[in-house]
Parts: sequence; structure tokens; C-alpha cells
Amino acid sequence: MRSDAASAARKRSRVTTVTLYVLLVAVSFPFLYPTLWMFFSSFKPANEIFLQPPTLLPREWTLDGFVQVFTAQPFLQQYGNSMYIAVIVTVSSILLSAMAGYAFARIRFPLRNSAFVLMLAAMMVPVEVTIIPIFTAVNAMGLNDTHWPLIILPIFGPTSVVSVFIFRQHFLSFPRDYEEAARLDGVSRAGVFFRIALPLATPAIAAVGIMAFLRSFNMYFEALIFLRTPEKFTLGLAITRYQDFYGEQMWNTQLGAASLTVIPILVVFLIAQKQFVQGLAQTGLKG
Amino acid sequence: MAFVAPQVLGVIVLGVIPFIFVVWYSFNEWRPLTGQMEFIGLDNYSRLAADPTFSASIVASLLFSAGVLILNLVIAISLAVLLNRRLKGITAFRTIFFSPVVVSVVAWSVTWGFLLAPDGGLNGALELLGIDGPNWLADPSTALISLVVVQVFKGVGMNMVLFLAALQSVPEEIREAAQLDGASPWRSFWSITVPMIAPTILLTGILTTIGSLEVFAPVQLLTGGGPGNTTNVLPFFLYRTAFISQQFGYASAIGVVLFAIILALTMLQWSTRRKWVHDEV
Repeated sequence: MRSDAASAARKRSRVTTVTLYVLLVAVSFPFLYPTLWMFFSSFKPANEIFLQPPTLLPREWTLDGFVQVFTAQPFLQQYGNSMYIAVIVTVSSILLSAMAGYAFARIRFPLRNSAFVLMLAAMMVPVEVTIIPIFTAVNAMGLNDTHWPLIILPIFGPTSVVSVFIFRQHFLSFPRDYEEAARLDGVSRAGVFFRIALPLATPAIAAVGIMAFLRSFNMYFEALIFLRTPEKFTLGLAITRYQDFYGEQMWNTQLGAASLTVIPILVVFLIAQKQFVQGLAQTGLKG
Repeated sequence: MAFVAPQVLGVIVLGVIPFIFVVWYSFNEWRPLTGQMEFIGLDNYSRLAADPTFSASIVASLLFSAGVLILNLVIAISLAVLLNRRLKGITAFRTIFFSPVVVSVVAWSVTWGFLLAPDGGLNGALELLGIDGPNWLADPSTALISLVVVQVFKGVGMNMVLFLAALQSVPEEIREAAQLDGASPWRSFWSITVPMIAPTILLTGILTTIGSLEVFAPVQLLTGGGPGNTTNVLPFFLYRTAFISQQFGYASAIGVVLFAIILALTMLQWSTRRKWVHDEV
């Protein structure tokens, strides 16, 4: 009797497991297919992309699309623009938001609560709302068609507040003992932060780093507003500008360029993946 | 002080001060091409109230946000529950669901543009089933929902990760105890899991709402606000008014309204927290 019941339970759990896998594979489709299609279609000749019935794999593999990626626009330079901007944004975001997050978590200073509420409120002001005064200011400073706004806005603008929160949350749960011991030994505030607190904040650094990198790489609205010259374009803008002499879209080229832009984020993500999830788990978004 | 100064000053200079300017601009008639700026009081707002494009724009923004919010939270929580098991290869599935977050929004939009084209991948697949698919992005009845789908699949992986982290902090024993007491999975989901991840639901809800009201790139790249303003969400309407028609004062009024909507919806969600979020957030 008992073993019957046990084997029935095992059978049932095997059925559940199979159902789960079928469900997971089915649900994966809309998440994975567009990216796979983008990747494989960039190896198709332009006229094969709208072939019916649609296929995932190219019938005829070609690198024509990729060749045009580099010949139709200064793509390498645009790639370099996006990369250097993203690196500056990521490094500065980590450093500055870690400092602010640390101060909000650990240091008593005048107006601390008011400053904190101000940061919270700022999250509700998207750049679309304030773009007109920012645009006029950038123009007045002669910084239109430069990379300055694309560097300054993501580092200091209201979107950076989430990063400050991630670090604040991390430092709130960080044991005080280490720091107090160091303070007793006569290490300065800054010394404690740079030599003890920051090096131990790896999960928060990974979470903020990935989010800042993504934010910078995804920046489209600002690039559209501020950049004019193709040599200064960042990748998001560059992808949309592949047109032939007749103003027709160069389909496979667009998809090739889009595929190439995924690589750096994928690399950054694979390096920091584990830490990233751990860092997000500490954001206070945790239940 | 020196530690917070850069970030707090940044938020003031790039958030608070421009916001004050936007409010001021919205009371002015200002076309940068002529360089004339003239105080006109509330005229921009009464003009907005009478502008059919603006009412269409508000409807588009609210419908889009409602669609994204509901679909995103339902899918993110379901995926997190589904993935919160010890199964072989579960990490691979987590990576798959997260992967669109890693693809840039432009690449993602461009790709969906192909899939949703009249002779694109989706309709090709439907044809194999004998169904004649609509022109998804040009048909007034499907354009907005298509954009919602594009936006949801792009971003839901991020919320899924947050819910996974929340679920993993729910002690296993509580769920096992409920199971021993004969609670159905459905019952234990509503009575145990949901209350324990309530703070995460609230915060992701607020952030997803703000994010969906800011949507721009997919709209510009896929529908251009059409057909017939059905996808002309506020940020896109603002962009066109300011940078295509060069009406900075009028566009500023749109910005103020966009902010008011974000503020109202955030407050609304936040004020419900006492009813269902027991933990301190």
C-alpha cells in the first residue's frame, strides 16, 4: 500500500516536472525568439528578410550586412563613443552614488532628511519633463552636438537616485564594527569609506554598475535631442540611420548593427551576473 | 557633506531647477525660432484642454501604462514563482527571461518592427495556421497593445529578478506548514506568498508605472504616434511639439501635465500601502 502511494506521488511529481518544463519552454519563446531572429537575420541577404514563410536561419549565409554596417556609417567610431561614454558613466556612477549612499546610511549631517526626501521626489521627474530647459541650457553653454549631456545626465540626473538607494541599503546592513575599529585607530571618514566600506560592497557595485551601463547604452531620447553629426552618434541613434541613397532602410544592416551592440552589455552582465542579483536583493525591494 | 554634495547638487541642478523652469515656460508663449518669449498666463493650459491631440495623448498614455503595469506585474510574479524551484537547468531559463533587458531598447524595437510588419514574422507564423494577421502597428485597434507587448517583454525580466529575490527571502517552513495544513497551492499563494512580497509589489509597481509613462523610443521607432494618435503618448507628443513644431511654451505645459500624472499615480499607489503592505517598506 505504502509503496503504491509513494510511487503514485513520484509519478505525479514527474508529471508536474514535465508540465513545468513544457510551460517554461513555451513561455521562453517571446523572450528569446526576437533576439535570435535579430542575430540570424543579420546573416541573411537583404531580400531574404521578408521571405514568406519566415525562417529563423538564413538559407544563404552572407556577411554583406556586416560589411555595410562599417562602410555605410562610421560605425567603429560610434561604437567607441558609446563605449567610452558608458565606461565614464559606469565608473562615476558607482563612485558618486556609493559616496552619497554611504553618507545617507552612516553619517549625520544637517538637512539629511530633507536631502533624502528631495532625492525621492526627483525620481518622479523624468528627463522628458525637463528636457526643454536642459536643452536651452546645453545650447547656451555651446555643448549641443557634444557628448557632455550624455555623460552628465545619467551620472548626476534624477535617474541616478536608484543607485544611491541601492548603496544606502547596502551600507545600512553593513556591520559597523569594522568601521568603528578603524576610526579608533585614527583612520579618517574618507579612509574608512575608501579602504573598508567600498571594497566590501561588491554586490551593490555590481548592481549599480550593470544598471548604469545599461542606462548609458540604452540612452536614446537624449542622443536624439543633442547629437547631430554622424561621427558623434552613439549606437542607439546609429542603428536607426542605416538607409541607402534612396532613403530606403537597409534591413539586414540595421539588424547586424543591432546584434553587434548586444555584445558589450552581455560581457558586462556575464562578469557581474551573480553579484548583480545579490545586489538587487539588498535594495530594500526584497520582501 | 562632501560625500552627498555631488549627487544632491546634481539632482538639484538637473532635476529641481529645470522643473521650476518648465513650470515657468508653461506660462509663456515661446517659439525659439523667433526668440520671443511672452507671458500668457494659463493660455497654454486652456489650449491643451481644447486640443483633441492632447486628449488622445492622455488616453494613449494611461491605457499604455495600465496595460504595461498589469501585464508586467502578472508575468513577473508568475515567472518568479515558476522559477523559484529546484529544477535542472532553471538558471538557463532565468537567463532567457532576463535576456531582453540586456538588449538595447533600440535594437529590441527595431527587431519587433520586423516581427510585427504586415509581411513580418508574426503574420507569417499566423499564416501557417491559416490566420490572416492584421497590420499590427498600423491598425488602430492593435497598435497600442503591440507597443505594450514590446515594452513588457523588454522589461519584465528586471522585475522578475526582484520578485525572485523577494521570494527567496520567504522562509520555506511557512509554506511547508501551510501545505501540511492542507492549503491548496492557490490559497497559499494568496495568503502567504503575496503578503510576504507585498513591499516588492508596491515598489516595482510604482517604478514600472513611472517607467511606462516615460516611454519614448518604441513609440518613435515603431508607430510614430499613429495611427490617428492612438499611440501618441505624452513624452512623444511633447517631443514633437517642442523639437518638431518648435513650440517650447506649449510643450512645457505638456511636461507639467505629464509630471502631474506621474505624481498622482505614484501617490495613489503609495496611499494604498496601509491596506495591504504590512511590512515597513
